[in-house]
Amino acid sequence: MRTSCVIVGAGHSGLAMSRCLSERSIDHVVLERGEVANSWKHERWDSLRLLTPNWQARLPDYSYTGKDPDGYMTMPELIDFLEKYAEVISAPIKLNTTVTSVSADGGKYRVATTRGNWECKSLVVASGACNRASIPAIAEAAPTSIEMITPMQYRNPGQLQEGGVLVVGASATGLQLAEEIHRSGRPVTLAVGEHVRLPRIYRGKDIQWWMDALGIMEERYDEIDDIVRGRNIPSPQLVGSPDRSTLDLNRLTAQGVRLRGRLAGFNDGKAQFSGSLRNVCALADLKMLRLLNTIDEWVTEKGIDAEVNPPQRYDDTEVEESPPLLMDLGKDDIKTILWATGYNPDYSWLDIPVLDRKGKIRHDGGVVDSPGMYLLGTTLLRRRKSSFIHGAEDDARDLSRHLSSYLDDCEA
Amino acid sequence: MTTTSASVDNGVNVAALLEAREALSEAPEAAKFQWRATCKWVNGTHSNTTIQSFFGLGEEQSHRTEFSYDADHPELFASADIGATPVEMVLVGLASCLTAGIAAVAQHRGIQLKSVSATLEGGMDVQGILGIDSDVRNGFDGIKVHYDIDADASEDDIKALVAQSQKRSAVFDIVTNPTNVTVEVN
Repeated sequence: MRTSCVIVGAGHSGLAMSRCLSERSIDHVVLERGEVANSWKHERWDSLRLLTPNWQARLPDYSYTGKDPDGYMTMPELIDFLEKYAEVISAPIKLNTTVTSVSADGGKYRVATTRGNWECKSLVVASGACNRASIPAIAEAAPTSIEMITPMQYRNPGQLQEGGVLVVGASATGLQLAEEIHRSGRPVTLAVGEHVRLPRIYRGKDIQWWMDALGIMEERYDEIDDIVRGRNIPSPQLVGSPDRSTLDLNRLTAQGVRLRGRLAGFNDGKAQFSGSLRNVCALADLKMLRLLNTIDEWVTEKGIDAEVNPPQRYDDTEVEESPPLLMDLGKDDIKTILWATGYNPDYSWLDIPVLDRKGKIRHDGGVVDSPGMYLLGTTLLRRRKSSFIHGAEDDARDLSRHLSSYLDDCEA
Repeated sequence: MTTTSASVDNGVNVAALLEAREALSEAPEAAKFQWRATCKWVNGTHSNTTIQSFFGLGEEQSHRTEFSYDADHPELFASADIGATPVEMVLVGLASCLTAGIAAVAQHRGIQLKSVSATLEGGMDVQGILGIDSDVRNGFDGIKVHYDIDADASEDDIKALVAQSQKRSAVFDIVTNPTNVTVEVN
């Protein structure tokens, strides 16, 4: 089968690109291993809600019209949102079609799937940034008696054995899961490395509103000082909950969660933690303070102080005097280790030499280092908002323009 | 956007460091360094360690001159006290690493330093090394570092400077995280 463009993945990015290609009358097909919004449907925990408010949910020619603009979508709501979008834009999707390999062949791409093969001039990789849990190598040294689980498999605390849980990682995933597991009566110890702390609501507005208003989310990849570092910043400690509350380390400490340094290794049945806890907390506190100062300055500059709540400052992250560096997993009754240590994309099907030494696709703002090939939906692809649902809109518009002119050049 | 302004001079060539960083991210093999020390027992608890060669950028390198360090223990341990104790040398390493980092980060962030001084304290219960109580560890039970910094920056910016220096410090990493040590004989 032939088409001008194959899009791999029918998540929000793939659908956004499909819409943009349809607008340009470019014939294409969207290949989806499962269903629309498959990862959101099958690879996320039960309580998860989007970290962005509903008013921000926007895709090309489509936006949220529900009654709760300040709320955060549950997974069923998001799935519904994306399924409706796929329908509205009449995306040419082939469901239950897993791409098994993609190779380049003289200016064309050959796409092999579980349901037939495709040949196309251009290819859009929209298969997601979170296909696999990333687990550090030290996991191999963990005592075998302890069960290990990743957020890809985790659904709710009921899955876990009774007893203590070591949650490794303090980004949005780690904090959200640490809280719900601890509340289920399984005492949580949280290993905290570098992290990003943010209040959910600041001066009466969602933090995402501020990031939007200040233009932070629009910042382009080619304007950023250190793009490699930028793309590796952990996701901020946020939760989308009906009470719009802030989830931070102090809230967990108040509930009885024990904070430890970054997990450094295992030795003789003991977990070893880094002595850097105080500093990673200080770094996050200071970085948050800088953002709040920037927001306050912007408010004053715009002369809108009277329209928003007064400035607020938050307590520094509380760190106990000498956080223990060792934990005897047996004595402390740790039954489970949850690796909230990030995610990686899965490009095992990609037989084109475009991966860097870290296994990520080499690209310039989504234009991949192979003619006619594009990437969507990864962190800071083209803008700070690229990995968000609403980030797909501008990225897909930009890249569809590039793709279209590439196809025109092929014709000529 | 490099924030280094021409008027700020902490004696750190940030441009050269950034260039090296760029070059090494293109050629990660060249980034593999090996640091060396050679130690000779002198007498009693007195030893002398010299430092000269190291490996980096894919080839053998050398300091401009050989550096020599005597280590010993104080008289109350019945030693001759010819040099600082090895654990004090760990403090030397930590202090100088963090301080160098502060200068470099300040330069990069366009902060002029006027004075930087640090006081370090490493607590230790010597029941550990003397084998009196096996529950007491040999090493420090904690290290406290206090910085006094006078610079053209706000208090929060100075705090951020010190925090960033810890984040990038090799010795801070060495003392806060475990390291495999392999000791062979003959």
